[in-house]
Amino acid sequence: MQYRSKYNNPKPNRKLSLWEKLYLPEIVRGLLTTIKHLFRPKFTRQYPEEKWEAPAAFRGRPVLVMEENGAERCVACGLCSRVCPPLAIEVQASETDLLKERYPVRFEINMLRCIFCGFCEEVCPEEAIVMSKDYELVYTKYNDAILGKDKLLIPKKDLQERLDYLRVMRNV
Amino acid sequence: MILEALIKIIIVLFVVLTAVSYLVLLERWISAWLQDRIGPNRVGPMGLFQPLADVLKLLLKEDIEPSQSEKWIHWLAPVISISVAFSVLAIIPFGSSIILGGNTYALSIASNINIGVLYIIALTSVGVYGITLAGWSSGSKYSLLGGLRSSAQMISYELTLGLGLVSVVMLSGTLDLGGIIQSQVTGGWNIIRAPLGFMLFLISSFAETNRQPFDLPEAEPELVGGYHTEYSSMKFALFFLAEYANMITASAVMSVLFLGGWHVPFLNTMGMNPTLMAILGVAAFGLKIFAFIFFFMWVRWTIPRFRYDQLMNLGWKVLLPIGIINIVLTALEKTYLLK
Repeated sequence: MQYRSKYNNPKPNRKLSLWEKLYLPEIVRGLLTTIKHLFRPKFTRQYPEEKWEAPAAFRGRPVLVMEENGAERCVACGLCSRVCPPLAIEVQASETDLLKERYPVRFEINMLRCIFCGFCEEVCPEEAIVMSKDYELVYTKYNDAILGKDKLLIPKKDLQERLDYLRVMRNV
Repeated sequence: MILEALIKIIIVLFVVLTAVSYLVLLERWISAWLQDRIGPNRVGPMGLFQPLADVLKLLLKEDIEPSQSEKWIHWLAPVISISVAFSVLAIIPFGSSIILGGNTYALSIASNINIGVLYIIALTSVGVYGITLAGWSSGSKYSLLGGLRSSAQMISYELTLGLGLVSVVMLSGTLDLGGIIQSQVTGGWNIIRAPLGFMLFLISSFAETNRQPFDLPEAEPELVGGYHTEYSSMKFALFFLAEYANMITASAVMSVLFLGGWHVPFLNTMGMNPTLMAILGVAAFGLKIFAFIFFFMWVRWTIPRFRYDQLMNLGWKVLLPIGIINIVLTALEKTYLLK
């Protein structure tokens, strides 16, 4: 049970030296410390003007990958919908003439339900659904928060960073 | 005569009220800068209209009166606080005197009060009532505790405040603030002649204005705001104003008593335009007040609050003996050093 370091176990009854007991010199020391910070660069980010650029590992709004030919990668297997803990994803499959044979007619993510766990991305066999860097998710109407294919499809080149990240992390 | 006084009162009130509202903004800026933040910068250019927004917000809030409160006293307490804070300004000499159209006007509202120091001491004693009554009349535990603490604290530190003042009075030989400044013009500032007295006065000023590290009457984490817990809307704003107005008056009093008031050091006044000199004096006085206010704020965002017993120990066991020793030392200094 030796969790205590010297930092969280201060000696409570340490005798103060005479210099410390005089008190005023220590106050002056404290004042000098704070006045230094008056001239330091500030940490604040002016948010709406200065946006935060998320790293590749960030789990933002889940989106569908759109290939160069404009079709989605998704084959509508429904695994994401199955694994989704809050049941936010709804997929309706249909047939297509493309090589993949299946595609989602309807793909909806309810952003009021989504908990950003990333299970959909993890379970997807086609790397078709990934977590994007989009974190500014404000909806003023209930129906606005249910995103259809029109809002979910993002060109592959915009998601390349996340796709590369997934490759690296899966092969570790 | 009355018209002159009225005009002066209006000018002083206008300047001080504006200054107070901007001090709130300044305090927020300084707290931000000392913590590596930026501070309010959204309302208007650089956040300069923030005070307007704050006042508007406070005006529009609901004025809540607790059911258990003593209505009349609950209403009276903030009035006492604010009026005491402003009354002290009546005798502060903001400058020497200004000549307009052949007439000489003294730059203070009540220029010829010859017991100015006594007036200050008397009014600061009355200031305790505002906070104590607010705490008592609110009918709330937190407020009552805050009020009790403040009465104990302010009475304890008034002694030290007085003892610090005594050394100034001894050195200047007068209770008149103008006379005190004159004696500093000729004999050097009191901060040099009575440094110990200055320290005592400064420390007890912090206690008298309820500022950190002696803001026990408010003590947000323990007392949920202390004496003004049950106040809202403009009544709360009055307490808020009073705190900052008190800071201005304390700074002004300290500038007058220890930093030579409107005296500009190292300035050869021979053959200078008297109007220019008066304006320079007012500017110097303002600068001194500002320096003290900055110090008040700087200390607030540096030093943690005292515990109640530490506060009492410091007041009675440390500062009071030092104050008495200081009187003896000043007497010796006056007799042997400054003939």
